Amino acid sequence: MAPDMNGFENKKGFEIAKAVSIGEVSALSVVEAALAVIEMRNQTLNAFTDVTAERAVARARALDADRAAGKMLGPLAGIPFAVKNLFDVEGLPTRAGSKINRNRPPAKHDQPLIEKLESAGAILVGALNMGEYAYDFTGENVHDGPSRNPHEVSRMTGGSSGGSGAAVAGGLVPLALGSDTNGSIRVPASLCGIFGLKPTYGRLSRARSFPFVGSFDHLGPFARCTRDLALAYDAMQGHDPEDPVSTARPLEAAFPQLPRGLDGLRVAVAGGYFRKQGFPEAYQAVEHVTKALNISREVELPEVYRARAAAYVITATEGAALHLDHLRERPSDFDPAVRDRLIAGAMIPASLVVKAQKFRRWYREQVLSLFKDVDAIIAPATPCTAPSIGQQTFTLDGVEMPVRANLGIYTQPISFIGLPVVAVPVPLQPLPIAVQIIAAPWREDIALRIAHALEEQGTVSASRPSFN
Amino acid sequence: MIDVTALDDWIIRSAALLNLPLDPAWLPAVRQNVEVTLRLAAQVDEFALPDEAEPAPVYGA
Repeated sequence: MAPDMNGFENKKGFEIAKAVSIGEVSALSVVEAALAVIEMRNQTLNAFTDVTAERAVARARALDADRAAGKMLGPLAGIPFAVKNLFDVEGLPTRAGSKINRNRPPAKHDQPLIEKLESAGAILVGALNMGEYAYDFTGENVHDGPSRNPHEVSRMTGGSSGGSGAAVAGGLVPLALGSDTNGSIRVPASLCGIFGLKPTYGRLSRARSFPFVGSFDHLGPFARCTRDLALAYDAMQGHDPEDPVSTARPLEAAFPQLPRGLDGLRVAVAGGYFRKQGFPEAYQAVEHVTKALNISREVELPEVYRARAAAYVITATEGAALHLDHLRERPSDFDPAVRDRLIAGAMIPASLVVKAQKFRRWYREQVLSLFKDVDAIIAPATPCTAPSIGQQTFTLDGVEMPVRANLGIYTQPISFIGLPVVAVPVPLQPLPIAVQIIAAPWREDIALRIAHALEEQGTVSASRPSFN
Repeated sequence: MIDVTALDDWIIRSAALLNLPLDPAWLPAVRQNVEVTLRLAAQVDEFALPDEAEPAPVYGA
């Protein structure tokens, strides 16, 4: 079949899957188009650290053979995707953005979410750049160079899943996976102007991925539309005994729920903390969504700044505990900024960490009680649009603060208690910025329905970067 | 306000106890991170919780 993948970089995943399933295009032509775009654009965007071309071509050929044999293809047939390089990919050392991990033996098996996506027909094309050991909100990496924002390549992608943001926004792949401990899916989704889903803690298996803070680590997808997000999310659900916090809940498919739209949903906007510390564009994006949803209700999450503080303390100390041996044996092989944060985290008294974990339970109960009266809460995702690469500080409410630690001020208090969130991109000019749609535990379907309704209205969209 | 000399002394002794390397050139950045983390930990510490409050080391949604 003649390749007909002109404009691949703008194709949505569900469009590709439909075309492959009915034989309009071959999976091989899709993969070849993806590999060509990656080769051309990655030189600038620095999104990929590994391209698994041989494997992808073999997989595409097998898919095409299945179709020729009359077999039914999966819902993600032929969709090329890539994963943050903290996911195990068979045959690659799981570098997790570090120099140290490059000495690990190649992974023997793929991370389970890769297996699930490929079982549904998707095709892995590579691994993606990220901030070292995921302790990052910028998308910069001293070993591999910064991932670059397709909307303006001198600007940050956000992190730590920076390569995932650049790859999807830049049209290299329609679907990518990342991780989110304190905001590492939602921050790059915001700065790169794409959709991102951080599911409920425990929803998607984290087995065979390199950890950061076990208490908060989540994995999830990025895409340029809500359909792709929902299709991928549905394909990845399911209990995994290899992940000790994996839920035993049955599959709760979100994709079939999308057409239900806003029907009967009660949505509020977050006040208080979430109306402070932002640049005007952060509030403008929230206002844009609030108006489109005709929201009149405001709710205030209690003690949010303490929740953010507690998340910061637990992150610093759990991260330090994870890397104590690396710090002792190879301190010079770290990004100095990461090393110094980890050494500091190692010194925080345990009594303060336990206090933070106690506060966490209190805060969770208070926030969950809000969901008796509302189904979802709207909040900004980042305090600003993409800062320049290398920018060290910004001024929030008159106080100069480090960019690296503070791009996640709005995301950190939410992942702290594991709530599901869809980050939806508002295509402001000159740069996009996202808004968080936060739902009660296990109600990813609600957040995705609202995201989809906003997308159908044209209120949110993954705008095509000038790079295209 | 934390006394810088006392904090530096504590950091150096803690590093030794934990068998962590600490190049003198790293000390200002480590101190800055310790200060920020302790300041944020204090915000949590000053919040009154009942004695019976249980920690949530592994969160169940």
